[in-house]
Amino acid sequence: MAFTAFATGTAKEQAPRRAGKIALLLLLPGIAYLALFFLVPLVSLVITSLQAPAEFGDIGEYQNAFQWQNYVLAIEQYGTQILRSFLYALLATTFALLFSYPLAYFIGVKARRWPLLQNLMLVLVIAPFFISFLLRTLAWKQLLSDESFVVTSLKALSLLGQDDYITGTPVAVVFGLTYNFIPFMTLPLYASLERLDTRYLEAGSDLYSSPFTTFRTITVPLSMPGIVSGVLLTFIPAAGDYVNASRQFLGGTGTTMVGNVIESNFLISLNYPAAASLSIILMAAILVLVTAYVRRSGTEDLL
Amino acid sequence: MTLQGGAVIAEAVTSPEPRPGRRVRDVGLGRWLLPVYATLALLFLLIPIAYTFVFSFNDSLKSNISWRGFTLDNWTGVCDAQDVCQAFGNSILIAVVATVIATTLGTMIAIALVRYRFRSRSSISLLLFLPMATPEVVLGAGLAAQFLAAGVQKGLVTVIIAHTMFCISFVVVTVKARVSSLDPALEEAGRDLYGSPGQVFWRVTFPLLLPGIVAAALLSFALSFDDFIITNFNSGAATTFPKFIYVAAARGIPAEANVIASAVFILAISLVVASQVTSALRKRRQAALS
Repeated sequence: MAFTAFATGTAKEQAPRRAGKIALLLLLPGIAYLALFFLVPLVSLVITSLQAPAEFGDIGEYQNAFQWQNYVLAIEQYGTQILRSFLYALLATTFALLFSYPLAYFIGVKARRWPLLQNLMLVLVIAPFFISFLLRTLAWKQLLSDESFVVTSLKALSLLGQDDYITGTPVAVVFGLTYNFIPFMTLPLYASLERLDTRYLEAGSDLYSSPFTTFRTITVPLSMPGIVSGVLLTFIPAAGDYVNASRQFLGGTGTTMVGNVIESNFLISLNYPAAASLSIILMAAILVLVTAYVRRSGTEDLL
Repeated sequence: MTLQGGAVIAEAVTSPEPRPGRRVRDVGLGRWLLPVYATLALLFLLIPIAYTFVFSFNDSLKSNISWRGFTLDNWTGVCDAQDVCQAFGNSILIAVVATVIATTLGTMIAIALVRYRFRSRSSISLLLFLPMATPEVVLGAGLAAQFLAAGVQKGLVTVIIAHTMFCISFVVVTVKARVSSLDPALEEAGRDLYGSPGQVFWRVTFPLLLPGIVAAALLSFALSFDDFIITNFNSGAATTFPKFIYVAAARGIPAEANVIASAVFILAISLVVASQVTSALRKRRQAALS
């Protein structure tokens, strides 16, 4: 699997030749590029996060310092948004998993008899990738707007009060995050369910286990690698997303996520240290959560 | 598509061929429940795509929100909305340049990783893995902070630098799978026939790697073309197609944007379907030969 390829791929390499000048020549440009434009920026992010406003400087002018209070301030000021991001991401990941598992199971297990159908369904799962992410989200905004068919029929059924609305609420943001990241969940699940040996399921039912017990004790554990990589691939981008929660898209004033705060601090109020320290906090929190999650789910070889 | 989306696609591209169909006995979950659910789920995924496509034919005024009637004007006169076309052109330019650089650098790394043994291997793997696991907003803010510190003016060039950076890892994953499946005997045969290293590479290795390289390039292109978050931090005054939509979202998206998105969608889906059909045909021919 792509997300895990680097970690697991080393074991079964075909007796690689010894390193030589050629290997160095092949590696150097790409690695240097990543060092310069991925590692060094992370270092500048740390440096920026500790900067203090320049003396007699204009707005947006900072000098290097060791202002670790920036972090305290960021957490004090934006603690709600940070927690909210993780809550929304967690909800979206859960819904995406519940939505995707039966779908991936059907494509990967039931549809094995018809490879063409399988491929067609996979193309449909990734189809949303081929239309602009922002336009997809805007489409939902229109489809969930106050005069839309969805909202008027929910009101007609009294499932929604006369003065209620969907866009601009946490419900809309979590819905948007779920929709946008469903393919990220479905494909890894499919990849692992597709390799599921159905003879185990038959063995389970031969031993008089109920369908539910078979599912819980055989199917789920065997598809664990897919669940873990699907959860990571959904959770990480959902926690850092700021498009869905933005006010021009599905969000409102009460749905701001940490991504929105980083964006507005960096690009609008030019408060670079605040944006940088929030980025570092986000990245550190994701690393901690991901490591804990991978440890717990017992698939440590993934990282 | 976001970076993690790229990881998903790379996974689909590099995953082994599906195992041959075998009859699966129904274990619970009513016979019809699952197929019906799967159909509905796929239809649900297509709703916003259908919406975007339908509204590309809307006879809209300034903002394309309510349906006002059918027209083909948006399709025939896409570039009447000049700023949309300009943004689209920038996106294509950025995606082409970033794809060429990232595919070249990434392919070189992939070959080295499979073919050679060296000590720093695991740290290199980690360096390639991390950009895929980092939230885009952090990648974007990090690069922007660096450009700021270095006093670099943001524009098309900085966007290309950023896109190349996040595409490299995906190229490596995709091409690496192809290099691993390559039979070294073919290259040995080339050397035995007195081919110079250059000849062996260009006449034997490269053509065999080409499908993987093409897949990697298409993936990079798609990632770069649809990237918004990282672009937004590093583009300065330059616009790209996604950035145009983000900025225009406040005052209404012109229907021409729907036209461009729908056209790109149709083109991409046709490419995917065509490649599926040709590979199915090739398999059938191989099966007939053997």
